Amino acid sequence: MADDTPAAADGAAESPEPEVLHGCPVTASRGQRVVHIPRDRYLAVMKLLLADGYHLCSDLTATDYLTALAARPLPDGVVAERFEVVLNLLDVLGARRLRVRVQVPAADPSLPSAFDLWPGTEAMEREVFDLFGITFRNHPDPSRILMPEDWVGHPLRKDYDIGRIPVQFKGAPEGR
Amino acid sequence: MTSTLRPPTRLTDEGAQELKPRHEQTARELLREVGAVLRLSEAEAATLADEQAASDPSEDQTMIINMGPQHPSTHGVLRLMLELQGETVLRCKPIIGYLHTGMEKTGEALTYLQGGTNVTRMDYLSPLNNELVFSLAVEKLLGIDGDIPERAVWMRMLLSELNRMSSHLLFMATNGMDMGAVSMMIYGWREREQVLRFFQKVTGLRMNHNFIRPGGLAADLPAGWRDDVLELLDVIPPRLEEYDILMTEQPIWRERLQDVGVITATEAMALGATGPILRSTGVAWDLRRSMPYLRYDDVEFDVIVGTYGDAFDRYAIRLNEIRESMRIVRQILDRMPTGDYRIQDKKVTPPPRARIDESMEALIHHFKIFTEGFKVPEGEVYVGIESPRGEIGCYIVSDGTANPYRIHIRAPSFVNIQCLPHMMRGGLVADAVAVISSVDPVLGEVDR
Repeated sequence: MADDTPAAADGAAESPEPEVLHGCPVTASRGQRVVHIPRDRYLAVMKLLLADGYHLCSDLTATDYLTALAARPLPDGVVAERFEVVLNLLDVLGARRLRVRVQVPAADPSLPSAFDLWPGTEAMEREVFDLFGITFRNHPDPSRILMPEDWVGHPLRKDYDIGRIPVQFKGAPEGR
Repeated sequence: MTSTLRPPTRLTDEGAQELKPRHEQTARELLREVGAVLRLSEAEAATLADEQAASDPSEDQTMIINMGPQHPSTHGVLRLMLELQGETVLRCKPIIGYLHTGMEKTGEALTYLQGGTNVTRMDYLSPLNNELVFSLAVEKLLGIDGDIPERAVWMRMLLSELNRMSSHLLFMATNGMDMGAVSMMIYGWREREQVLRFFQKVTGLRMNHNFIRPGGLAADLPAGWRDDVLELLDVIPPRLEEYDILMTEQPIWRERLQDVGVITATEAMALGATGPILRSTGVAWDLRRSMPYLRYDDVEFDVIVGTYGDAFDRYAIRLNEIRESMRIVRQILDRMPTGDYRIQDKKVTPPPRARIDESMEALIHHFKIFTEGFKVPEGEVYVGIESPRGEIGCYIVSDGTANPYRIHIRAPSFVNIQCLPHMMRGGLVADAVAVISSVDPVLGEVDR
């Protein structure tokens, strides 16, 4: 497809020599390169990736694995946590992509902000904070972006009910 | 409902999202704020603040005004807060979210077959590109991305390019309107409507088609489609020549756009900008060329780049991209293969209607696909394609069921809109409209 990455079988565990990038395990997901960065080394490795030529951070988002914690195949040494922050980096000169996945525990959902490396992550980190409640340390403007300022809860979390519109119909319980 | 239960009414519910006056902020907050507006790191902002300390305006010289969310030239419900000194814009903060309807959350409740109806409503000016990126992502997860029939691939390219034309034609209209060339608005809508008429004939709808689906397309091209496309290709080029006379060569138009909203290549990349904004700075980055998908490596076209990174370059790039799209469409007309318009995988695409009357198995597959949907193997995938506004990406996490566990659309407008404060700083408030217009945001996609 669109990715100029070496084709590899799903799951790096099958290959005899797992690829390592800046000390972090690299896996392949449907032929796309994914690097798993531990949270305590997040900014340091991101700085190295920026120096590697990934000048454009095209996307930053997150996933809440609350109800599918065991489902993900992760490389050895990476402990599955509830939240996962996912960045898609783009090297414009080399025409290559790299996906970064960082495990973020539910007990302390926070990560240092990548704003100083890619200023464009400012709005995306605000979005992740707004919808997942993951805070980004040293973010210049840690406020909600899509939901109203006084909103309670973080809608894209899996334990956030999707809600419903009350409908009136015959036989509806009284006192609503 | 008793009023005592309600929280006290506030003037707005945005609170901390708003741009605060200088006296309400500490020096440190202001430093961060200016740094954030300029998208600088704190250290860089500090050195800038030192330089500017002498020339920093006092509170009574500046004024914070609100623009939008109902302003006609903010292209939907975009709200900007501008700090002005006289007519000069000092700080600017886009405030978004007025159109947020939780489409990513909704997407988790829809099956992969229904997902197309959801994503097509995000960037409502290029719905087919939204459907395309969603379908490509789902197909990659299913592992059938190499098995899509040739005709389906070329049909997707045809629709994608026509959609690029209709989107850019609408940009011509709104950009003209914002600059005061009101007749241009009517011309742009007129041409776009002709493209949409073709879409209506093919998909049944002018917008929100849900036509490109995982596995192929919803239907084959109707009889006589080739003549319709040829007619479009005859009608539009002379109209583009008229645009050149009306706008490109017109001194007032150039005065309004040239040297307005300038951004450099480094800044655009740091801000994550893609599409015409990045290309206007001279970076020839077009996913159709750099990371080809569909059969873009089989067709000839030029990537249009600018030089100065200003609003005029972005206008000229879009105008010429319409021409390049028509060039691609001509090649597609010559090379459109025959064959199936969707993959004949019974687990993914419904059986033809006629088969349902004859075959029990077809009836079962039809029923299963439209009630339960099809199951997608576990995994996660990100696919990015070139939409008229830049890189539109789709990130899907599947947990093996028929609904995506997480679906995220990387919306180009959402990222591009962050360039606004940077492009506007130091410019005139009258140029603010030109800058917004040149970014061409679609708020349905910004807020999702």
